[in-house]
Amino acid sequence: MADIQHLEQVASQIRRDIVRMVHAVQSGHPGGSLGCADFFTALFFDVMKHTPEPFHMDGKGEDVFILSNGHISPVYYSALARSGYFPVPELSTFRKLNSRLQGHPATHEHLPGIRIASGSLGQGLSVAVGIALSKKANQDPQTVFALCGDGELQEGQIWEAVMFAAHNKVDNLIITVDANGRQIDGDTKDIMGFGDLAPRFAAFGCDVMHMEGNDMKQVVAGLAEAKSRCGNGKPVVIVMHTEMGYPVDFMVGSHEWHGIAPNDAQLESALSQLPETLGDY
Amino acid sequence: MKTYTVQNEKDTRSGFGAGLDELGKTHPEVVALCADLTGSLKMDAFAKEFPERFYQAGISEANMIGMAAGLAVGGKIPFTGTFANFSTGRVYDQIRQSVAYSGKNVKICASHAGLTLGEDGATHQILEDIGLMKMLPGMTVINPCDYNQTKAATIAIADYKGPVYLRFGRPKVPNFTDPNRKFEIGKALMLNEGTDVSIFATGHLVWKAIEAGHALAEKGISAEIINIHTIKPLDETAILESVSKTRCAVTAEEHQMNGGLGDSICQLLARKNPLPVEMVAVNDSFGESGKPNELMTKYGIDTVNIVEAAERVLKRK
Repeated sequence: MADIQHLEQVASQIRRDIVRMVHAVQSGHPGGSLGCADFFTALFFDVMKHTPEPFHMDGKGEDVFILSNGHISPVYYSALARSGYFPVPELSTFRKLNSRLQGHPATHEHLPGIRIASGSLGQGLSVAVGIALSKKANQDPQTVFALCGDGELQEGQIWEAVMFAAHNKVDNLIITVDANGRQIDGDTKDIMGFGDLAPRFAAFGCDVMHMEGNDMKQVVAGLAEAKSRCGNGKPVVIVMHTEMGYPVDFMVGSHEWHGIAPNDAQLESALSQLPETLGDY
Repeated sequence: MKTYTVQNEKDTRSGFGAGLDELGKTHPEVVALCADLTGSLKMDAFAKEFPERFYQAGISEANMIGMAAGLAVGGKIPFTGTFANFSTGRVYDQIRQSVAYSGKNVKICASHAGLTLGEDGATHQILEDIGLMKMLPGMTVINPCDYNQTKAATIAIADYKGPVYLRFGRPKVPNFTDPNRKFEIGKALMLNEGTDVSIFATGHLVWKAIEAGHALAEKGISAEIINIHTIKPLDETAILESVSKTRCAVTAEEHQMNGGLGDSICQLLARKNPLPVEMVAVNDSFGESGKPNELMTKYGIDTVNIVEAAERVLKRK
């Protein structure tokens, strides 16, 4: 039984890490990172069976996570460091020269926890499908988790991957869509509206569910529900409803904080809303 | 001039298919993916014999490359198969991010490269693929010359860890290399020792270079002919040794002049030993529909063009 209060504390620290990392280099993507902090916390601290140390690239016998929308690297890096993949102080090197924490996730610098580079959108889901195929071939019963942005769904490759996964009954795969409704140029519904996402994935042959992404209890329950739906001949899709920038008051309600950094005063304001629980790096 | 016996006329893509099928038997981690061109790529034998290791990707090349990267993460050795145009230009960013930058052990196997695809025309006749692939850091680029060498190369790349682009073609061409010869990545093959001019050829142009060597011998010109089956990493030692003797070079390939084998050799010589070079390649042009031999003639990448290039470069020594 998950300790929801503890997970909420971890999520709060991860959110502090996010705003501090982005502020320190005055670049990066805080909005989507903050919105997905509860999801990452639940995955890395409760739901996934994984071995941070020593890190094994092939992930055999482990649940594997692939971030397709690589720009939300701050939340990914914090979750990896806080769950033991690499030292937490290394978060201070984010986006700096000679760092393993590249602007977008990369394997090139051998950062433990990263299995594929992502950033150019639409590619990670295909990689996740490939890993899921390798697990089936290896009789490995563990699950592959992929996260995509809702704006990212505008990339055609996403639908190639969904089509393949459904046709081939890749049912050891949980695709979560961060449905925050925002993208760089504005609201997703204005840029390239999808209408209701769930029936679109269902029409492709996926098993679709909804989840509130900024309520830890519901995230933990939703991910458990998704896992229980695996193995039934369909890829599972979670339409995860989040708020970009959550819960920082001046960030929510807009797409503006997709990819800009807070200034000193904004950092102070954000941190005052995010209790320090595990100790800042 | 050394004489080579043509064992038969075979397409290089069939060499790939035969090599892949053999890997199926010897390498349990080898898996294959194809984007709706199983017959054209000669992957049917593998697909039939190892159905649990064959993934039909449908007409979704971008997803195929991504899935191959994922299969490589999971410890498999994936071979992707489609036409050269769809193996490179169509999926360049997928290869760049998910395969090359991520250092994944994916073998991108590409048929119907170049003009000799023939009647389908320029939409399918990619002449830029070697350049696209060789620019990617860490990518190995191989263009074997006949059936036997393509089969051997296919087998060899399974034991090499890292991304590889393997390029081959559609038409039946003379099959003349030793069927028992092991393929060594990055090791150029001396086909004829000569003293007047070095001819560096790759792919289908290797046989044309041999034909040109005979024609040049009749004119009293001694051509050294080297098969550069691996464009990257380039066998710099073999090339530099040869030109130190002949003092001039001709390059020959079924590719754009920009970005191809000749381009790599010119870079090398400019840095290490500046000597006259003539390049036999397609000169900044798309192809068109036609029979392979007609196209080779029209676009200036035939035997006669190698002979003329050799004569030109000799005058520049």
